[in-house]
Amino acid sequence: MAAIEMRNIVKEYGDGFKAVNDVSLDIADGEFMILVGPSGCGKSTLLRMIVGLEDITAGDMVIGGDRVNDKAPRDRNLSMVFQNYALYPHLTVFENIAFPLRLQKSISEEEVRRRVQAAADMLELNEHLDRKPANLSGGQRQRVAMGRAIVREVNAFLFDEPLSNLDAKLRGQMRTEISRMQRRLGTTTVYVTHDQTEAMTLGDRVAVLRRGFLQQVASPRELYEQPVNMFVAGFIGSPPMNFLPALVSGGRLRLPFLEIDVPEKAAGKVTDGQLLIAGLRPDHFDDARLLDPARRERGATFRARVDVTEWLGDAQYAYLPFDAGDEVTKQLADLAAELDSEALRTQLVVKIDAMSRMRENHEGEFWADTRRMHLFDPRTGENLTRDEAAAAELAQLEQERLQERTG
Amino acid sequence: MGTSRRTQVFWIAGAILIIAYAIVPVLWIVSLSFKEGDDITNNAFLPTVWSWENYRTVFASDLFTTALRNSVGMALIATTISVVLATLAAYAVSRLNFPGKRLVLGVALAITVFPVIAIATPLFNLWRTLGLYDTWLGLIIPYLSYSLPLSVYVLAAFFREIPWEMEQAAQVDGATSWQAFRRVIVPLAAPGVFTAAILTFFAVWNDFVFGITLTSSEAARPVPAALAFFQGASQFSQPTAPIAAAAVVVTIPVVILVLLFQRKIVAGLTNGAVKG
Ligand SMILES: Nc1ncnc2c1ncn2[C@@H]1O[C@H](COP(=O)(O)OP(=O)(O)O)[C@@H](O)[C@H]1O
Ligand SMILES: [Mg+2]
Repeated sequence: MAAIEMRNIVKEYGDGFKAVNDVSLDIADGEFMILVGPSGCGKSTLLRMIVGLEDITAGDMVIGGDRVNDKAPRDRNLSMVFQNYALYPHLTVFENIAFPLRLQKSISEEEVRRRVQAAADMLELNEHLDRKPANLSGGQRQRVAMGRAIVREVNAFLFDEPLSNLDAKLRGQMRTEISRMQRRLGTTTVYVTHDQTEAMTLGDRVAVLRRGFLQQVASPRELYEQPVNMFVAGFIGSPPMNFLPALVSGGRLRLPFLEIDVPEKAAGKVTDGQLLIAGLRPDHFDDARLLDPARRERGATFRARVDVTEWLGDAQYAYLPFDAGDEVTKQLADLAAELDSEALRTQLVVKIDAMSRMRENHEGEFWADTRRMHLFDPRTGENLTRDEAAAAELAQLEQERLQERTG
Repeated sequence: MGTSRRTQVFWIAGAILIIAYAIVPVLWIVSLSFKEGDDITNNAFLPTVWSWENYRTVFASDLFTTALRNSVGMALIATTISVVLATLAAYAVSRLNFPGKRLVLGVALAITVFPVIAIATPLFNLWRTLGLYDTWLGLIIPYLSYSLPLSVYVLAAFFREIPWEMEQAAQVDGATSWQAFRRVIVPLAAPGVFTAAILTFFAVWNDFVFGITLTSSEAARPVPAALAFFQGASQFSQPTAPIAAAAVVVTIPVVILVLLFQRKIVAGLTNGAVKG
């Protein structure tokens, strides 16, 4: 087990493309770190630089105190689960898991047996040890790949989208399985994913990448509540944060449906007449009629026509279309494209109580928790309302949690 | 329905025609090899009396048995060397990016279509000066020069099919490049290795041009060349029937090889390596 430090890591591919740009990231011993970002942002590249399958163009990769830039993968003592598992098709499940042990001449046959058995027990692969990978189901193959990773004592586990080839139900099961396994073994883990749920539930901290640049490294909670910029805000959370045009006008902020005071934190950072982007998450809204008065006080209410509703049993989403200027519409579309989402129309997605009887094509009264709203500079994407104190507190909390766990 | 039935009939008729075209001469040779003495002039397809006489003649003849030993020995040696070298070379060609990689493959392909007869005469002169004339080595070298490029070509195609990740996984698991190659890549490329081996073996086994031009005695003469020097049971009888028997004998290993390895040649071993 070891800590992983990355200092100003750069990766430039042979064709001159910079896939990873000046990334510095410290992963504590025993920590579960998630790398997340849209497809093509350099997650896999970064992971492969940690494990040694990709040369590092510039910067230092330090694992357990040793600079490993020039070390071959086998000298780094890491294990990796590939997206496609990369099982050895000519070997049985047993031999697949035993493979890393067999390469170490010092391990006796008896010891190999014992360790493979232990890994197979943990992953419930006992009945399949004599079978070949070709005859296994997707979930079983995935577990074999994990078995091969945990059978050795390594400095860290690296996962590259290990669950992306499984169906939704299995993915949920394996997610908990991986989490349990990591907690039990306490091994430093770096986990690449583009799945929201995996990113939010698995990791101690999450590193968000965009086009090779590190955007923010924080606990899932901090990312959700105090994103540093519009990209992180839009990427974390599902359904994603709503972005609305907000015009500053004489100390007031004019949004579609709403007009409120400019938030305190943003005051001084904005000028009169400036167009900003306001970010409100779907769960910052509710059906105003089902709200207790105390809560109602803290936000603002507005009336809007409901276009579509989606009832999911435990929650309900309502879609409220609004008009925005051409320029804003284009900006929102660009952002949506970059986030891999397809918000084609300007609409507000709000989460309302499942009990709500709001009907499509009728007006309803909504409530928005405007205190939790964020304001972004549309040119830089910077979050003007990030609460540094609250963020520090969340980081502190996370730190303590990790310390408690890893001892 | 009617047309599809007609095309079916056409296909079957065509297939029968082609099979007959290929197999009749073979059957004829087999039949000839069992004809006794002057029976070859019996004007019938089948022998009047089935006899092993020709086979006894063939195996009693030193000419044939030494030639058989030469053929087997040289074919095995050439095949082994060719497959080992080609496996390594093909691996490099498919895995490494070096300047002129396409050229290497292109030249490899060009060599395999180069007419054999064109180099036979120069080699004859060269070998005589170098002392390689009429030796096993003198034949194995030109065999390799033809079989290696072909094997490299076949194997490179197989290696390209094996996912890079297999090897990377092995490296992360702690394997050296050589261990990854030997324990993962080679087993996965086994069908390709078998294919290359069989192609090489056949090419060498069937060689006549080098066999006849680069040998002068029984020291290195392979079977196809030796057949030309065959004599009958007596000075005065035509050796047609014994030659037929010898031809049948040298065909048998080829048939056995094909039957033995045809399942190995079928690829698809990489199934299940990646997601399914
Ligand atoms: N071998 C390569 N040569 C050139 N560009 C590459 C290579 N591998 C990946 N890239 C590029 O680097 C970027 C990041 O790739 P990758 O790390 O695989 O992204 P992710 O895993 O986040 O989807 C992509 O734009 C991809 O096209
Ligand atoms: Mg990737």
